Amino acid sequence: MKNNQYIDFYTQVRDTIAQRSCTLMNAHREEVLRVFSEQGFPSKKVERYKYTDVAQDFAPDYGIQLSASAAERTEFCCSVREADIDLTPYYNNIADRQDSIVALNTMLAVDALLIHVPRNIRAKHPIQINNVLKGKQDTMVNRRILVIMEEGSQADIIITDHAVDHQQFLTNQVIEVHCADNSHLNLYEIEETNLMCTRYSNVFIREGRDCSVRHTVLTLFNGHTRNACRVEMTGENSEAILNGCVIADKMQRVDNNTVIRHMVPNCQSRELYKYVLDDSAVGAFAGMILVDKGAQKTSSSMTNANLCSTRQARMFTQPMLEIYADDVKCSHGSTVGQMNDQALFYMRQRGISLSEARLLLKSAFITEVIDSIPLEALRDRLHLIVDKRMRGELSKCEGCKLC
Amino acid sequence: MLEIRNLHASINGKEILKGINLTINDGEIHAVMGTNGAGKSTLSNVIVGNPAYEVTEGEIIFNGQDILEMSTEERANAGIFLSFQHPVEIPGVSMTNFMRAAVNARYKAQGREPLSAGDFLKLMREKRKIVELDNKLTSRSVNEGFSGGEKKRNEIFQMAMLEPTFCILDETDSGLDVDALRIVAEGFNKLRKPETSAIVITHYQRLLDYLKPDVVHILIDGRIIKTGGPELALEIDGKGFADYVAQ
Repeated sequence: MKNNQYIDFYTQVRDTIAQRSCTLMNAHREEVLRVFSEQGFPSKKVERYKYTDVAQDFAPDYGIQLSASAAERTEFCCSVREADIDLTPYYNNIADRQDSIVALNTMLAVDALLIHVPRNIRAKHPIQINNVLKGKQDTMVNRRILVIMEEGSQADIIITDHAVDHQQFLTNQVIEVHCADNSHLNLYEIEETNLMCTRYSNVFIREGRDCSVRHTVLTLFNGHTRNACRVEMTGENSEAILNGCVIADKMQRVDNNTVIRHMVPNCQSRELYKYVLDDSAVGAFAGMILVDKGAQKTSSSMTNANLCSTRQARMFTQPMLEIYADDVKCSHGSTVGQMNDQALFYMRQRGISLSEARLLLKSAFITEVIDSIPLEALRDRLHLIVDKRMRGELSKCEGCKLC
Repeated sequence: MLEIRNLHASINGKEILKGINLTINDGEIHAVMGTNGAGKSTLSNVIVGNPAYEVTEGEIIFNGQDILEMSTEERANAGIFLSFQHPVEIPGVSMTNFMRAAVNARYKAQGREPLSAGDFLKLMREKRKIVELDNKLTSRSVNEGFSGGEKKRNEIFQMAMLEPTFCILDETDSGLDVDALRIVAEGFNKLRKPETSAIVITHYQRLLDYLKPDVVHILIDGRIIKTGGPELALEIDGKGFADYVAQ
């Protein structure tokens, strides 16, 4: 199937979309239609998409949702249509305008969720957004989220993905995060869907000065997933932490793609991604740290560690550094390994069965990522979910009232 | 309790044990001494079923049962315990989770209900005292960041938790200062029941002063070349292996 189906679809429903959506979002549609028509889906020859067959993931004949969001207005969240501030400087501003997948989202998204934390306000409780995929037919969802952290604000945002029905679901998500000076954000994304779900996520974060942003993406159960995260550090003394963990088995595929760009001096970034791959799962990680000319005293590190517990599991990893400044401290590294036989033997000598010992080692491997989560309640819950997942008890989302 | 007949074993195709015969009765402690590379650690690994070693000939009978067909964990749950010469560090697995998995596996094998979290922690506290193991250590990952002495104490602590009937102490004294050695050895003696048997592998008399072996074997080049009483260990301590290596 060609990308024509999406262009044809859009030209047919263009007016309906425009009517149901708003000026803010409609203003970008023609431009992205042109980008998408010219470029089509990226092939595997495009470096960033080397490990993901995009055309195949988008080939099925999905029904596409065109209704506006039914999300209720809460203290910090509302539809962009109901925003109290002018969103023109924010919407589709830091998203990559040349990326076809992002363009497709911008073209087809009818509504967008705004999370707006005003100046010097600290959101006391985590803001949680649960996405539940439901439906009687194969469906594509174009989800758009705009996060605006004003100066001095602080928030924890948890976004979860669940699937209730066993249909093919394709989620194409774009999140834009604007962090003004001295704002502090913890953004979590947790995916617990099923084998028939495909997820494309593009997260764009721009930080001002004295900011700290921690983005944690956890793929606990999925079908095919590609998560991309790009951070631009535009103000001094800011920090960016990107962490991720992946548990994949059967034929699951997970691709994480990150870019952190240090544009100014005196910023720090750290990345830690850990994968546990079983059966015939395939994982990919491509991380890039880019230090611009003049971004002196940058301190950054990137680690990607992977455990392949079968001979069939495959991991592709590509840690990258590009430095154009001369006074920086940067490191990057990657490992792919198997189970430690000595540790397995030690545990078995204490009477622990081989399967239980393997499970303990796999859980231990990603514990580092989960332990790095500052929210205690979430951390405890994730330990429980991970343990269940490893035991194969988690075939659908855990603890969700809808299931 | 344990009977080894004509045991041959190799690792990576190299034969290390070349026909070991050994009978250990209930309640006996046997010391095994020998030169470096003689096969002492291989013997202990083969008894507990380390998959890295291959048994090419012979049999090991434990309480009337041939254990060579049993998996490592089945042997452990039958009551065989190895205090490792080099305890393995397992980052990310907490001592508590590790011990709970081990104790519950043992209970399951014995047909008993698993311990409740409260009872389990109580048991941990109780047994920790025997080897004076610091509370902080049990909240860390298995052996991670433990000093050499702490690792050996941790081995005896695990022994206390699992209450084996047959123990192998593989150079448990190496790397221990005199006080730690006393704590570990006295800990072992406290845990011992009248029917508990053990193989103690060591290079030094000092540990045997505490453990008082009934029988001493000298293992050279994969064979037991001499067996005697406690006086044999004293003789080795004084004169070394020169007389036996020459044979």
